[in-house]
Amino acid sequence: MSAMDAVQPRDAAQPAASPIPSTPAAKPRLGTKFVLGILLPVALALGWEIAVATGFAQGRLMPPPSRLFKTLYDLAITGELWRHIGATLARVLAGFALGTIAGTIVGAIAGASRLAKDIVDPTLQGLRSVPSIAWVPLFILWLGIFEESKIALIAVGCFFPVYLGVFGAISSVDRKTVEVGRMFRLSQFQLVRRILLPAILPAYVLALRQGLGLGWMFVVAAEFMGASEGLGYLLVDGQQLGKPDQILAAILTFAILGKITDGLLAAASAPFLTWQDAFAPKN
Amino acid sequence: MLNIQSVDKIYPNGVRALDRVRLDITQGEIVAVVGGSGCGKSTLLRLIAGLDPATRGSVALDGDTILSPHPCVGMIFQEPRLLPWLTVAGNVAFGVSHLPRGKRDAIVGEVLLRVGLSDYADRWPRELSGGQAQRVAIARSLAPRPKVLLLDEPFSALDAFTRASLHEHLLELWRALQPTLVLVTHDVEEAAYLADRVVVMRPQPGRISSVFELGLKRPRDRYSAELEAAKRRILHALDQSLRTRSAGDELVPAAAI
Repeated sequence: MSAMDAVQPRDAAQPAASPIPSTPAAKPRLGTKFVLGILLPVALALGWEIAVATGFAQGRLMPPPSRLFKTLYDLAITGELWRHIGATLARVLAGFALGTIAGTIVGAIAGASRLAKDIVDPTLQGLRSVPSIAWVPLFILWLGIFEESKIALIAVGCFFPVYLGVFGAISSVDRKTVEVGRMFRLSQFQLVRRILLPAILPAYVLALRQGLGLGWMFVVAAEFMGASEGLGYLLVDGQQLGKPDQILAAILTFAILGKITDGLLAAASAPFLTWQDAFAPKN
Repeated sequence: MLNIQSVDKIYPNGVRALDRVRLDITQGEIVAVVGGSGCGKSTLLRLIAGLDPATRGSVALDGDTILSPHPCVGMIFQEPRLLPWLTVAGNVAFGVSHLPRGKRDAIVGEVLLRVGLSDYADRWPRELSGGQAQRVAIARSLAPRPKVLLLDEPFSALDAFTRASLHEHLLELWRALQPTLVLVTHDVEEAAYLADRVVVMRPQPGRISSVFELGLKRPRDRYSAELEAAKRRILHALDQSLRTRSAGDELVPAAAI
């Protein structure tokens, strides 16, 4: 078939040059988006700063931003802040990794086999409805008061959204797509790698982000149960010693870290999801 | 070449989808299978594809009994079924991924040229029109050089213009590569325009009610008297096959075909 008798495109429905742009909607410039997002918190902070400075409000329990940043700055230059961030981040990442691996494996098995699903799913759904904090005493008894029990709690928090995401995504993969794989005689393993995995990737990324979000929630619970370092420790310490600025500094750090890690996860997965034909709202 | 040997298909719910269907198809032939809904024409195609097993009887390709999808058989579905996470070129390469890169790229380039979509290699499926997407699906199924191409109502979701242009496409591809084509359709004109032989099936249980050897020369004129006559004969046979349905079923053939 080397002598090419090319067939001309004769689709009468559309002209030769496709009018469809390759990006679904023009995105607003990154700078504009950033300014829009930061407008509200900056306005609120400025308002409070002025209110305290002019004596309209007193900032003892709710310190103005300047004091908050001063506290953060002091914590940062003594190196204490980094120690706490490091401890918390390490716990979140370890728990997230464990929970994600377990959730992915169990979710994949439950999604691939009806029998496994019937055995595993009811139990997991039951366990899922146990409030996370309820595990704390048990984990302390089992694993002690140090890192293990904290990481276990975070792992439990990350496990469920990942499990549900993987399981749900696999069971909703289109039979028709799988049939394409069958027509090309893919092995079971190839079917998973070339059809199932890419098909569930968008749902999986979402599940991971949800899991990570829960990881950040659970780390506070974990650090409340007794920690000598970590952002949760800063919270408890701030409460006991009456230092609202330290509490707020820790909260702010949580917000920033949570946003950054989520953003990293989203950015790392974005190149794999450019194919998506998703709804893109107009400005 | 393709032998369907007295095949029965009974679904687990008791529906007798195929009853002793027997059909021999020769190399390079174009066979159209028409019939009302529920006559088992899609089931027959899925058996040939090896996607479903027969309850009794067997399908053989050059003496090989087909139990699972055969490397020499390609299938085109009613929907393009492109994989949205692969580009057009990636989709076309899907069935030839075991080949070395250079050879694979050559095949992809060649079949894309044949369906007239060379400029679309790097597009995503979401950026294609319905007709373009179906042409990519055709290119994808052609890439591994199948001897038999099965088409399950491949053009029924397209508008009349696009459908007619895809008919020409398919015929040109057939002329160049000479695959055996088995086309399931509910469009009598499509069957008469494309096929060498038209098989009319009737429902309950699904079986072959008549076979027409069209004997028309190509290229054909869609509006010629011979083609009109062939269409009328097929329609008449369809009408007969549906009239014998039991009470309570739809009696208007026009609604079923």
